[in-house]
Amino acid sequence: MMEQVDGPRRDAAASAYPNDTRVKHVRERAGWMRRRLLKMIVDAGQGHPGGDLSATDIVATLYFDILRIDPVDPTAAGRDRFVMSKGHCTGALYTALSGAGFFAEAELDTYLKPQSRLNGHPNRTYLPGVETNTGPLGHGLPVATGIAVAGQIDDAGFRVFALTGDGELQEGSMWEAAMFAGHRGLGNLTVIVDRNGLQQGARTEDTNALEPLADKWRAFGWEVVGVDGHDHASLLAAFDDAALPRSKPRCIIAETVKGKGISFMEHQAAWHHGLPNADQFALANGEFDMDMAR
Amino acid sequence: MSAPAPAVNLHDCRDAYVRTVEQLAASDDRIVAVVNDSVGSSKLGKFRDRFPSRLINVGIAEQNMVGVGAGLANGGKIPFVSGAGCFLTARAMEQIKVDCGYSQANVKLCGISSGVAYGELGATHHSIEDVAWLRAIDKLTVIVPADPWETAEAIRAAAAHNGPVYVKISRMPVPELDRGDTPFRIGRAEVLRTGDDIAIIANGTLVHRALAAAEMLAAEGIDARVVNMATVSPIDCQAIADAAATGGIVTAEEALAHGGLGGAVAEYCAEHAPVRMRMLGFPGFLPTGSAAWLMEHFGLTADGIAAAARDLIARRRA
Repeated sequence: MMEQVDGPRRDAAASAYPNDTRVKHVRERAGWMRRRLLKMIVDAGQGHPGGDLSATDIVATLYFDILRIDPVDPTAAGRDRFVMSKGHCTGALYTALSGAGFFAEAELDTYLKPQSRLNGHPNRTYLPGVETNTGPLGHGLPVATGIAVAGQIDDAGFRVFALTGDGELQEGSMWEAAMFAGHRGLGNLTVIVDRNGLQQGARTEDTNALEPLADKWRAFGWEVVGVDGHDHASLLAAFDDAALPRSKPRCIIAETVKGKGISFMEHQAAWHHGLPNADQFALANGEFDMDMAR
Repeated sequence: MSAPAPAVNLHDCRDAYVRTVEQLAASDDRIVAVVNDSVGSSKLGKFRDRFPSRLINVGIAEQNMVGVGAGLANGGKIPFVSGAGCFLTARAMEQIKVDCGYSQANVKLCGISSGVAYGELGATHHSIEDVAWLRAIDKLTVIVPADPWETAEAIRAAAAHNGPVYVKISRMPVPELDRGDTPFRIGRAEVLRTGDDIAIIANGTLVHRALAAAEMLAAEGIDARVVNMATVSPIDCQAIADAAATGGIVTAEEALAHGGLGGAVAEYCAEHAPVRMRMLGFPGFLPTGSAAWLMEHFGLTADGIAAAARDLIARRRA
């Protein structure tokens, strides 16, 4: 079991995965997601590239390795659940769902177009694989908590993962859910905080400070782990360690970079929304190529 | 259908609610209850004793209560999310909209002690905006039962219905209505009394008052049609059209009339069956007073309904 730490780190357990085929696979899929989601956003003329790119490696690790889900039977009772609490990050979610087989890649080209199933925020009545509709912040964790309670009552083996933005943790409903999940000892629940440090308009710490964030979760009855949210081996190690049974819910604070993978977007709040022009799009794809060639 | 005999026994509809949820739970282990420290006010103490693992008390946290309800539905449960109507609807409005309505989660929202039951506690504790707010949410069924039988039927129908439902449950004492054999069905109004001179469309605690008003009017030679519009959304348009054919409609409800049942009926009539109306309900934030005083003060009584009917008929003749 990983020790509890306050800050991000490259976990020692990651050394168990050097050149692992799992790491390679997730890394390749994450690279595909970055390229594909940026194209989606550019084609659609809008999106949330900054948050998509900070979440990409987390979402890729879940969808292409960890989650026990079946696109042929997307509502199977025993499936693992992933809840995208930061619902605006549809670039990351839709590419992952498509890559995992929930719908054809070609449908990504319909993103935001009239009547598309790929709305600006995910809708479970449109698209298989979406567990609950999100968009307004502060909704995903309470719903994920309810799913985990159902699993706890039935002693079902499924696991529930919720990905939240860090700015989203300024919503009171997240802490209502955090308090209750801690109280219930929901060991089947894992929250991943996409800790890119930026919310829409500014740094979280300049807006309404979250730190000491790990202490907050711990005080609410959670086990806390810090990881580099772009290191696939560390992410795999952290998720592997989320195996049942546990007696506490688990918070993975994933230190991330908003706009990760595109030099001119990284750490820039302005790219929360934002649309690359043709030159920037070409530059970004060149950087993706270079990264994948490493 | 004849008018009901004067009832002597009055009932708190919460009793029918909990009795029915317990019955359902006994034969279906998907049924769970979710509360916000409201085991007592929701009268779910016996449920908790019988099904301890299926009573989920999130504490005083309504947003989380509704979100957890949606999650339980995702996990295969049929959650009855129960809390004082005022807090359940107002505090958790966005969760009701997004997690339940928009997500089409199979959640049953039960607004307990709704309307002005909390009387003197004031506007913070009245849930009279609930019908207006919730009928604006697409694909959320809104039911306002009139008596214990209808409360029980509404709860059974809600459990059988795959989708989100709000049931407004009163604790204001009401008589058991004398009915024919019409089974309860979501979205179908019930004509409790036929009549061609005027129509009264009511729901919840106003239905027995509407029937009493019709008795008074009958003594004056006015034949009033009485319609119990328990389901406000989706509303029974044919029943409104039939009521409009009388030439006048009085609506009566323990809620804001503008935006509530009255508003719903008026919307239909304005477009499809123009007819003069009187909309009885509450106007907004209410003065201090007991539930009974508030109902009296705002004319939500048999006398008030009868007076509105007479007024409407007089204006029609003028």
